[in-house]
Amino acid sequence: MNDVYLREVYAQCMLWVMSVPLTLLGLLEREPSHGYDLKRDYDAYFGRGKPLPFGQVYATLGRLARDGKVMAGEAEPGAGPDRKRYIITDAGVTEFETWLAEPVEAEPHLQTVLFAKVVLALMLNRPAEGYLDTQRAAHLRRMRELTELKRTGGLVDGLLADHGLFHLEADLRWMDMTAARLGALAEVVRS
Amino acid sequence: MNAASLPAGPAPHGGLIEARDVVLSFGQTPALRGATVSVAPGEILAVMGPSGSGKSTLLHCLAGILVPESGEVRFDGRRVDRMGEAERSALRRDRFGFVFQFGQLVPELTAEENVALPLLFSGIRRGAALAQAQAWFGRLGLDGLEQRRSGELSGGEAQRVALARGLVAQPQVLFADEPTGSLDSLTGEQVMNLLAAAAREQGTTVVLVTHEARVAAYADREVIVRDGKVTSLAPDRVAS
Repeated sequence: MNDVYLREVYAQCMLWVMSVPLTLLGLLEREPSHGYDLKRDYDAYFGRGKPLPFGQVYATLGRLARDGKVMAGEAEPGAGPDRKRYIITDAGVTEFETWLAEPVEAEPHLQTVLFAKVVLALMLNRPAEGYLDTQRAAHLRRMRELTELKRTGGLVDGLLADHGLFHLEADLRWMDMTAARLGALAEVVRS
Repeated sequence: MNAASLPAGPAPHGGLIEARDVVLSFGQTPALRGATVSVAPGEILAVMGPSGSGKSTLLHCLAGILVPESGEVRFDGRRVDRMGEAERSALRRDRFGFVFQFGQLVPELTAEENVALPLLFSGIRRGAALAQAQAWFGRLGLDGLEQRRSGELSGGEAQRVALARGLVAQPQVLFADEPTGSLDSLTGEQVMNLLAAAAREQGTTVVLVTHEARVAAYADREVIVRDGKVTSLAPDRVAS
């Protein structure tokens, strides 16, 4: 049950930074593929418990074809709604390569909620260290779950778990630094 | 609910090893100021905290290496703090195993002899001790390294040899002080996987001092040492 939960949580994180159209372009650069194959590979590598709906696959492919990033081959005989094989175009390759080369924005996710809690707690003379400890406990609990996922899951699960573990560890370091400076921070926010 | 900042009371099933209100200073510098912690049989407890917080000192008190000025340390119900040096030494030799940040292997001995050391100190014949030691090399992925000396081992290999030495005598408690502190992430992960798996397989209780959250994540429960006192982060967790 934890695995499902974790995969959904991390799928959301991954999808947040990963564009579905660009991911499909990447899969198409590997080899021309049917929509079904793309969905299967997307779900296997990036879905993590949250499969990509067929409708979204074909709608995305349709937009990519309209924008000249992919070409649809002739319809092939067979069951199912769409038996076209999609091929990436030069424009599609360029867009994918550009995206791949760009760093993902280094967004300080944590500041939004926990930062606000710490500042408000200090302003209001409430136990900021207690809030940080509660968050620490939650982070460590999640890290334990991810460590277990690494132990019991495959290599791809482990890679995904590592992504989460390193981010959670970075958050914890921020909490440690913040906890060590609570006195000084309190003076600043109360002044 | 604020689940944090609760006193680190007894482990849920009663402690195999416990410290209660332990106080210890180094000269004028207080290291522990009333530290209380309890570790259940078979539990892996991570002791975290910033540098200088007293976490290694706590480990040394629990292991009978240091004797507190006041407070109690108990192992299996016996007062460790009231034992003489010889009795504490026998306890460490017969019941406890140790792994430190730097393997601290004896450089003149082979890896196999290093692993056999706790058995030799317990009076087991050399042949039998080496045979028992040898069994650990395959288990920890060290096959073929038995005759190497510490200078001929990589950091990860040396630490796995140290882990084998810590567990070879099947101690009731393994004390591990920053066991991955000198290793890169991947090698540290391998060592922690082996440590946790071997400890669980043998039912060994582990006191794991670390400042790394990724290492603490292998434990059943964490406590934090701050200014010489122990705080439990997850009092609701029960050791498996």
